[in-house]
Amino acid sequence: MPRPIPPFTEEHEEFRLSVRRFVQRELYPHASEWEEARWFPNEVFERLAELGYLGLKFPPEYGGDGDVVADAVLIEELAWCGSGGLAAGIGAHIGIALPPIWRFGTEEQKLRYLVPGIKGEKIAALAITEPDAGSDVASIRTHAEGAEGGYVVNGSKTFITGGVRADAIVTAVKTSDEGGHHGLSFLIIDRGPGVESSSLEKLGWHASDTAHITFDDVFVPAENLLGQENQGFYLIMANFQWERLLMALGAVGAMKVAFEKTLKYSLEREAFGRPIGKHQAIRHKLAEIATTVEAGRDMTYHALRVYLAGQDAVRDVTMAKLLTQRSAFEVIDTCLQIHGGNGYMTAYEIERAARDARLGPIGGGTNEIMSEILGRSLGL
Amino acid sequence: MTTTAADVTKPDFQGHRKHFIFTDEHQQLRESIRRFVIKELQPHSEEWEQQTFPNWVFQRMGELGFLGLDKPEEYGGQGGDYYSSLVLSEEIVHAHCGGLAMGLAVHTDMAMPPILAFGTEDQKQEWVVPAIKGEKILCLGITEPDAGSDVAGIKTRAVKDGNEYVINGSKTFITNGHRADVIVLVTKTDSDAGYDGFTLFLVPMDLPGVIREKKLEKLGMHASDTALLAFQDVRVPDTAVLGQVGKGFYHIMWELQGERMIGAAGCVAGAQHVFDRTLEYAKERTAFGRSIGHFQVIRHKFAEMATKIETARQMVYTTAWRFQNGEYPVREISMAKLYAARIAVEVADECIQIHGGNGYMKEYGVERVWRDMRLNRIGAGTDEIMLDVIGRSYGL
Repeated sequence: MPRPIPPFTEEHEEFRLSVRRFVQRELYPHASEWEEARWFPNEVFERLAELGYLGLKFPPEYGGDGDVVADAVLIEELAWCGSGGLAAGIGAHIGIALPPIWRFGTEEQKLRYLVPGIKGEKIAALAITEPDAGSDVASIRTHAEGAEGGYVVNGSKTFITGGVRADAIVTAVKTSDEGGHHGLSFLIIDRGPGVESSSLEKLGWHASDTAHITFDDVFVPAENLLGQENQGFYLIMANFQWERLLMALGAVGAMKVAFEKTLKYSLEREAFGRPIGKHQAIRHKLAEIATTVEAGRDMTYHALRVYLAGQDAVRDVTMAKLLTQRSAFEVIDTCLQIHGGNGYMTAYEIERAARDARLGPIGGGTNEIMSEILGRSLGL
Repeated sequence: MTTTAADVTKPDFQGHRKHFIFTDEHQQLRESIRRFVIKELQPHSEEWEQQTFPNWVFQRMGELGFLGLDKPEEYGGQGGDYYSSLVLSEEIVHAHCGGLAMGLAVHTDMAMPPILAFGTEDQKQEWVVPAIKGEKILCLGITEPDAGSDVAGIKTRAVKDGNEYVINGSKTFITNGHRADVIVLVTKTDSDAGYDGFTLFLVPMDLPGVIREKKLEKLGMHASDTALLAFQDVRVPDTAVLGQVGKGFYHIMWELQGERMIGAAGCVAGAQHVFDRTLEYAKERTAFGRSIGHFQVIRHKFAEMATKIETARQMVYTTAWRFQNGEYPVREISMAKLYAARIAVEVADECIQIHGGNGYMKEYGVERVWRDMRLNRIGAGTDEIMLDVIGRSYGL
């Protein structure tokens, strides 16, 4: 076994192999079917819960393991399922929607949402983006009006991963008319009267249910306020770091899978009397890919280490996200090229990987937003 | 425990992030090297660009113990780990003199390691001990006028004659070639033995028949002296053989790993240095009513550059960590070298662009960085050779 790169230990590397085996045996065989169905069954969550995979980073008192690094392993290895949408559907629940409940929630909220979430019995989604507010989070319009015992919510959210199936929607709302970031709050909205979800058709991520959600006079009890009123911006800020790290880890995994697959193909496929990989142009393409994967991995693991050390990791995470999302799309496109006509065919699954990777430079903050954050971090 | 807004980690872009390979001692070393470089070397950089840097730099750095940071104490070194050598290569950029950095690296990280690794005790006493003191200067001879990337194609011959070898041939692009006291020379001793027909020699540069033919004019790295050398019937005793007869090719392939590693580290440092200077410029220079760095297009250029530099740095550190732990990570070294060399050139070019017309002028020193950095995609193995090494490591 190669020397594990910190923060991973030998135990984590063993865990990595067992996660990979599980993903290859139990998820990968169904990926095509689920892609076609535009849906993966909820049993996936139940099975993951059974294996303890949904609670890896959460504290034992809520049913978790308290090992953030193991969670990073899981996220990277999920790439072997061959479906970005499936990996995203799982990641959205455990990596994006549950963490703010864990970090900012009251004890009672954790018992109601985190515990069943870790058991795979209650699925959560995080809803920030709106039809008219993407990168510019401050322009959110979904509104929560104070009412007797709680709030009444009106508005709509879009591009919400897991948003069709989610039982609980952690939703960013305006609770004050004050401009900018200051009037934002988060509410945990249970599925119920006035909450409507519809599925969106997309370029890739077909196995994931990506929703447009409307809230029509939805009553939300006061105890479902997550964190402090009007302090929602900090929740977003805190959450983004982990979300972007997950995306970076996922991209590293996806690049690795595509590389290994393409390497194998290029040693088997012959042209002009030898394996195509033995032609220098292809050899160099694969060498470029391998270098890009290594670069993405080294940068991502660094960001992960800074994050785990409890230091501010904004700059490192932002760099890792920017680098890996762009790299993954480029790398997988080159893998598609090396596959030639076969690469264009659905059967080889590389076109799916390319479509899936295209989301990376948009989701979780666009490349342009990443550059904006980094530029500002330099005082520009 | 519930987190509140007040507990959320706030951005701290000035915060110091210590990489796991470094200790506080490395940090102290870093500071002391930097102080020395800024105080004693940097003031001369313009002059040295014109005339190449003087030999007293070696003596002074030897005196301070900077030439043997990671070398064994028994030969006068500091006995530090590999990371301390990395620190030197990162801090020497503050001299703002690429040729100087290269001349030193050839001495400490290219010519010296094979003597330590393969040399006899006598050879180490004769060359390494004074080299660490800065009293003797080393160089390394691999490339020839007709053999660059294709190392196996070299023609310099060493023919056994009794207890001696007679060497004939020529070497080119030899850094320190004019000032060096000794050269680690790659020769062919058996032209029928393929890769097993090469032998290294330690050839004193004052022997009869060693001819320093000319100083080569270059695009950049002006502070370094680069030589074309000729060897005409140079006689050396067989005690001049470095390592095993017939194993020279493998010895030099080993040497190249350290050369590429330190080269990659130098690229990251060079890129960071020109980035920092350009960032300062972008904050001061105004256009259309504000500092140019506050235009989104320029801001994003910096974001892109910072990401590239940090990525290259992480590749170098992770690979250095493998290196220090006794691995022989040829693949990862090749990747780090390829990536770092490319981004250093890209960053330097982008920094010229941000400087506009000033960037094209010598005065601002940015065009020099590009000229210096441009070598890295060629020296120590071209980009194309790196790709070939990486590709072949996967069985391609």
